[in-house]
Amino acid sequence: MSALGALGLAAAVRSGERSAVDVLDEHLARIAEREPEIHAFNELTADHARSAAEAVDRSVAEGRDPGALAGVPVAVKDNLCTRGIPTTCSSRILEGWRPPYDATVVSRLADAGAVMVGKTNLDEFAMGSSTENSAFGPTRNPHDITRVPGGSSGGSAAAVAAGFSPISLGSDTGGSIRQPASLCGVVGVKPTYGTVSRLGLVAFGSSLDQVGPFATTVADAAAVCEVIGGHDPGDSTSIPGAFPSVSDHLDDGVRGLRVGLVTEMMGEGIAPDVAARVRAAVDALAAAGATVEEVSVPAVSFGLSAYYLVAPAEASSNLSRYDGVRYGLRVDAPTTGEMMELTRTAGFGDEVKRRIMLGTYALSAGYYDAFYNTALKVRTLIRTEFETAYERFDVLLSPTSPTTAFEFGAKTEDPLSMYLNDVCTIATNLAGHPAMSVPYGTGDDGLPVGVQIMAPTLGEVPMFRTAAVLEAGLRDGSGS
Amino acid sequence: MSIDLDRWEIVIGLEVHTELSTRTKLFSGATNEFGGEPNTHIDALTLGLPGSLPVLNEQAVELAIRVGLALNCTVQRSVFARKNYFYPDQSKNYQISQFDLPINVEGYLELPDGTVAGIERAHLEEDTGKSTHIGGGGRIHDAQHSLVDYNRCGVPLLEIVGKPDLRSAEQARAFVAELRSILVAVGASDGKMEEGSLRVDCNVSVRLRGSDELGTRCEIKNINSLRSLGRAIEYEAARQVDLIDAGERVEQQTRHWNEDEGRTLKLRSKEGSDDYRYFPDPDLVAVDPSQEWIERVRAALPILPAARRHRLAERSGAPLEQTALIVERGLDDLCLATIEAGGDATRTITHAEHNLSDERARQLSPTAFAELVGMELDGQLSATQAKTVLAEMVVDGGRPADIAASHGFEAMDTSELEGIVDGLISSNPGEWQRFCDGDGKVTGFFVGKVMKATSGQADGKVVTALLNLRKSS
Repeated sequence: MSALGALGLAAAVRSGERSAVDVLDEHLARIAEREPEIHAFNELTADHARSAAEAVDRSVAEGRDPGALAGVPVAVKDNLCTRGIPTTCSSRILEGWRPPYDATVVSRLADAGAVMVGKTNLDEFAMGSSTENSAFGPTRNPHDITRVPGGSSGGSAAAVAAGFSPISLGSDTGGSIRQPASLCGVVGVKPTYGTVSRLGLVAFGSSLDQVGPFATTVADAAAVCEVIGGHDPGDSTSIPGAFPSVSDHLDDGVRGLRVGLVTEMMGEGIAPDVAARVRAAVDALAAAGATVEEVSVPAVSFGLSAYYLVAPAEASSNLSRYDGVRYGLRVDAPTTGEMMELTRTAGFGDEVKRRIMLGTYALSAGYYDAFYNTALKVRTLIRTEFETAYERFDVLLSPTSPTTAFEFGAKTEDPLSMYLNDVCTIATNLAGHPAMSVPYGTGDDGLPVGVQIMAPTLGEVPMFRTAAVLEAGLRDGSGS
Repeated sequence: MSIDLDRWEIVIGLEVHTELSTRTKLFSGATNEFGGEPNTHIDALTLGLPGSLPVLNEQAVELAIRVGLALNCTVQRSVFARKNYFYPDQSKNYQISQFDLPINVEGYLELPDGTVAGIERAHLEEDTGKSTHIGGGGRIHDAQHSLVDYNRCGVPLLEIVGKPDLRSAEQARAFVAELRSILVAVGASDGKMEEGSLRVDCNVSVRLRGSDELGTRCEIKNINSLRSLGRAIEYEAARQVDLIDAGERVEQQTRHWNEDEGRTLKLRSKEGSDDYRYFPDPDLVAVDPSQEWIERVRAALPILPAARRHRLAERSGAPLEQTALIVERGLDDLCLATIEAGGDATRTITHAEHNLSDERARQLSPTAFAELVGMELDGQLSATQAKTVLAEMVVDGGRPADIAASHGFEAMDTSELEGIVDGLISSNPGEWQRFCDGDGKVTGFFVGKVMKATSGQADGKVVTALLNLRKSS
């Protein structure tokens, strides 16, 4: 990993100390070395990156502002549209499709001088927790290549963990940034719903999807949020105003901050070594001056069930456009109906089909009230309970993932055991709240453990302050 | 029509889709324009490209509110929902529409005959593209291949759902005509049925007169003109009555109007209806127009056709039905100004109804029109002469006195007319005898002869009066 981090690299490039091309070459060399065993990328964009890096260097030479992330290599999840560059969602059905536009987050990164080095692997259409559902083969965890990197943004998490790029973008619908961040030992942030534009993010569960960064440091993650966040008139669910200015508050500490440890996320199903790290984090925060208490949020236990109705329902509709008529895969057949059917049968993997069927069922006449509508009520209940908790607490704490990285194939036979990976992360998506995962030591197997920090709507400042304190404690040895 | 209307009652409810005259589409910046080379008015959202998102067009909402207020609806907070079904000309394979919370609810419109027809709702939704099926029978099922034009895909539509308050083909036609003039008046639509700007689906059922239960209805699609609407209703009602008379049951169906064959054909059964899996579109937020916005739109509404009819009827003394045609022709303002300028109301209205079908009539000068009416009333011009002068005024403008003079029109004195009438009586004794026996039809024969002899300068009423005078003497 680059010792400097994204902000250090950007400072060096901006001052002319290092050239963006030089920074790029260093990262491309690391990619060349380890990518064959990691498989973080669906597509490397070295040529594109080189011209972007050269443009940054020209800006510096000509005295123009090259941007806050000048020359910083970035890996982008392959469900974010990139102009003229294949965007596959790791699905056969989109193989070969090149979007005619950049996602808002991609163009904002480019405007800030970041240099995109490639499109990263994911579980097909972001449905999964291990990248094993990718149509192009799984990504391996850089800490142990017999283990999964988590998912669905496994490629983006692995890219940062392997030092392919100091920052990357992922998307989080039920934990798809935070869980792989935890398993790969990096920082991962799911911002408040509506603070980061979804325009150009290929939709999975539109009311849950949110784009966010992976980084090696809390400060880098904060900087990326500030670059990609802020209102976008092209996304009707975008919140007015700029992203909360978190970078200014990273040194504020946690003195006086009220921290709650969520009881329901510390019990059954959470590995003892993971729970131990979370308790250590609680102690570190208390030592740094925060008040810490346990808090019960009972509705959390319904989160998984509600999520697996709402997300598939939206997905069943969002994914109906892949029919072979306009773009992507087409399997020819005598009639239009058969063409659509054969195309979708050939183009989608098992997990995607499973969720489309689940969602279609949940929205069907006669089942709508029992399933979809009930799930919406649970969603409201979860949001309300969290909001009640946030009257007493500034942030809430929990494990990010119940376990450290697991082995390939360990959970693929039983979808439900895979879904349980997201048991701690899903509730915040349903509530629309922000949450992030920060690395906090290792489990008994020596693999990374992440602690999840949750906050109320637009509560990014206390969330990042807490993360910064945990990170600092770990760095100076007091947290281990 | 074979229905015994003393026994049966026809119940009709209409669903009218109108394309809104916005500059761009309902949820994207692609242009909203009729025609053009296929797939030239498109963008990422129109094609349903991955990652594209809808952003609501404010102009479409304003037009929807305008129509809603013109139809006396309540404008409410509304939510867009997705209607899911696979069809190639619908790029996302779902249509963004409004389901349980439409923007306009509970209104009505008043037909020229005074009937008040309820409006259940008027909601916003996207239009689909157009498929062309090549080969086979030209239908999607047996085509060799199909082409899709997405120009129309995403064009804003307002679906206006009428209550089953109409009772005849005539009323249904009047409903659509009235609705069309309202849509045009408020600037929401060009109202062109032939270009598909206005599309009518028609629900028809029949029931025994006196019953207050609704019969099983059939929905008729593919109605492209007011004439087809009337024919389709009459055919469909007769078909349903025949079924019931034969002891059969009317099945709830969607039926297709075949203009050439003059009948409706079954398209699909509606029993066990389609499941569109509606749910709120998570890409959009609720539309909640402020009361202030609604009131601003209301204040800017033009005078609507029904109000125009009432106003004209009130000031001219003419019955409502008579004012309807005049309002439809856009001549009510002219008539009001003419009456204001001293023109006799009855004569003004009569001319507007019978002699002013030319579109240019709207440019007539009210004072000139009033003068003409005055000359006619004073006996300076016969009715026929007045008609001729008026026609010329419509085309070339000018004062009626000058035009009358240029034609040499001067009212004939009665003595001259009497001579002609007497001559005709003696040269047509058979016809005269029949006239005296009370055969009214012969009146026209004599009037026609007089007109011919006077090159149309005689006043028909005076001639008739003279004939009656001779008969009684």
